[in-house]
Amino acid sequence: MDSNTLYYSLDLVSGSGHALNGEQRAALQTSLVLLKKNYKFNRVMFWGKILGIKEDYFIAQGKGHDELKDKQFLYSFNCMEWHLLPPADNAMVGEVSRAAKGRFMGDPSHEYTDYPLKREGDEATEAVELIKVTEERRLAVTVHLIDEEVSVVPRGAFNRTHLGLMNTNRCFEGLSHAEAGKLDNFLHFAKPKKTKKKLIQEQADLNPSIDFLDPLSDDVPKGQWSLQLENASSVCVLRSLLWMGLTFYHVPMTPQHGYVYFGYGCKNLDLPFML
Amino acid sequence: MDNQKQEAAAAFKAFMLKTSTKSNLNLYDHLARLLTKVMDERPPNAVDVIEDLSFRVKRELLPDFQSTLRDLSLSTAAQLLAEQQGLLFSRVDERGEQDEELIESPLPNVNEISFFLEQAGVALGGREEMQRIFLALKQLVDSQPLQRCRLWGKVMGTESNYIVAEAEYREGDEEEEQSPEEAPENEERDADVDDEKEGAEEGNALLPQSTYKPPPAAPKEANGTGVNKYVYYVCTEPGLPWVKLPPVTPAQINAARHIRKFFTGRLDAPICSYPPFPGHEANYLRAQIARISAGTQVSPQGFYQFREEEEEEEPDAPRNSYEQNPDFEAAPIPKMAESMSNWVHHVQHILKQGRCTWVNLAAKPEEELDEDGEAEEKEEEPDEPDPEVGPPLLTPLSEDKEIRDTPPWSAKMSSTLNPQYAVAVLRSNLWPGAHAYACGKRFENIYAGWGLKCAGGFYMPSLPPAPQSEYPSGPEITEALDPSLEEEQTLKATLELQQAAQEELESLQGDEDEDEDEDD
Repeated sequence: MDSNTLYYSLDLVSGSGHALNGEQRAALQTSLVLLKKNYKFNRVMFWGKILGIKEDYFIAQGKGHDELKDKQFLYSFNCMEWHLLPPADNAMVGEVSRAAKGRFMGDPSHEYTDYPLKREGDEATEAVELIKVTEERRLAVTVHLIDEEVSVVPRGAFNRTHLGLMNTNRCFEGLSHAEAGKLDNFLHFAKPKKTKKKLIQEQADLNPSIDFLDPLSDDVPKGQWSLQLENASSVCVLRSLLWMGLTFYHVPMTPQHGYVYFGYGCKNLDLPFML
Repeated sequence: MDNQKQEAAAAFKAFMLKTSTKSNLNLYDHLARLLTKVMDERPPNAVDVIEDLSFRVKRELLPDFQSTLRDLSLSTAAQLLAEQQGLLFSRVDERGEQDEELIESPLPNVNEISFFLEQAGVALGGREEMQRIFLALKQLVDSQPLQRCRLWGKVMGTESNYIVAEAEYREGDEEEEQSPEEAPENEERDADVDDEKEGAEEGNALLPQSTYKPPPAAPKEANGTGVNKYVYYVCTEPGLPWVKLPPVTPAQINAARHIRKFFTGRLDAPICSYPPFPGHEANYLRAQIARISAGTQVSPQGFYQFREEEEEEEPDAPRNSYEQNPDFEAAPIPKMAESMSNWVHHVQHILKQGRCTWVNLAAKPEEELDEDGEAEEKEEEPDEPDPEVGPPLLTPLSEDKEIRDTPPWSAKMSSTLNPQYAVAVLRSNLWPGAHAYACGKRFENIYAGWGLKCAGGFYMPSLPPAPQSEYPSGPEITEALDPSLEEEQTLKATLELQQAAQEELESLQGDEDEDEDEDD
């Protein structure tokens, strides 16, 4: 959620069970402004909190001119001192997926090792390198994956210029109550994967300047998003069941929207059993 | 590029062909008709009069439609909810002046709890939502004769969430539970047994009778004891009526241990799972609430103490009653946040059987099964199963088992900048969402989560049991290899030898008899 909406938007997502106390909110408001100035971000957002066993990580995200490509993540323990997280690429994602298991410890220098399976008759077992991954890299990869897979924006909130740059749509007035009840009015805030080809009839409704992202209704398995109206039906809240803890809020008929992640940083791979 | 243009053109044509919701026309046809009219009539200065032409084309199509009826504005879901929630704010003026000596209100101090929860980083909703929840609790207390009522927490579901309140009835005021579920079940069971007997008597000898007897089910604990010590009420939104959850049976607790399902938010939703869950979502919710309470309801050490009874009736029976300790001295907050031995469980542990007190199911069917398991009166047979024992009440948290290298609890201070006014917060790693906070003499447990356990590792669904053997195996039906030719020949040879030997014996005996006869 945007740093300048922190003071009211945290209340709207607190239905998910987590909140920040007054001290943390005040610290965030101050330090996010400082971050924006120091790193010259276009927009700085409070991304969420990953709960570890000993300590919790507060994560912030800074965006440059291109909303999809220019983004950087930072983490902190006390909401005041922020450290930059390395950008995650496919190689890092592969390493972390193999080595890191279990909960986050809360110590960025904690090392996870992957012990490769020994096959019988393998003589060169000693020469195999053990893959070691620090918790900082695991954090970078987890945050990157969550943002890629389950970040949400309402349809119409961002538009794409003819040059291909994505920016906020200043004419966005919010979804209506009826539109906010349908899952296909919410889009993934990540590079579109274009898995499903749309029929000509469906394309009639689409506007290429705002419909260039994947809608949530195309996600498989179906049912992994929980769409509810909360707070006396004034806020539309979307919760992801794949990465439990991601909450998206939108107040219908206003341009207020945002998402935040309060969770353990574990993907819910048991999802098909649970639906 | 051409392809894109063609696609864009096709898309735009499709857009023009869409019919309007109000007038059942579409733009494509309207433009076609308009241009046809212009072609036919060829008006002068066509571009200036085109709007009038367009209007006339539309009017010619539409039938004259005038109605003096106005649409009824249907109340939206939000308006209905607001009406319900408006009732929360009405004050009961009947009582007028209240005696101050009246029973202390069973409601907790709501604003205080809300403040501490915010410090601890737990929320069930925004500030207004918390106020509504507490007013709904007050409504519950006013409508039911409760001795004690507490906000237990919030369980999230896919379609809507549950707000759960834990309550204890005043002694003597509890309604006698008409167990409508049990009575018809008993009747059905009797009817089935009768049918079976009749069927057997009619000579159902064609089909083999099954000798399978399901193991006896453990009886559920009485209201007010063990797992059913408290009564739970749920509602989906504060302001809507509270629904009482039924008491939980051991079978439901055991089934809940094996499945992993999200709640949907509808209490009558069926649970489709393997092993099949005996009940609906209301029972599943109640079972999870029982498990969460047993695992994560904690209090500072010394807050509760065991009641000192004058006669020690059964030294073996687990002590399951406690009372508040009037001499409680709160440990300093940093100590509470550091060491787990300053916190104790104050809810009984659930045994593997699904109950808090063990019941001996292997008892002889002649004797009645008592819930307390009066094992001392029965003769101890070597075949009796060992009684299951759980950790006793008021065990400190430092004795909790670790989940695969992770400690079961995480403790923190709520603020590092002002430690003297901070609150000690405990978070459970076994049941994500279970929190406890303590600040001086005040403490509280709260749950805000999905109602699922996190046992480290992934969920392994139970496999179906191995198929039962259809018949007992014996030598008559066991397959054996047919004897080979050589074996048959050797067998024949030995048989012939034996026969020859026997004939010789008989002939010898015959001679002896003849000799004996001759002697006589």
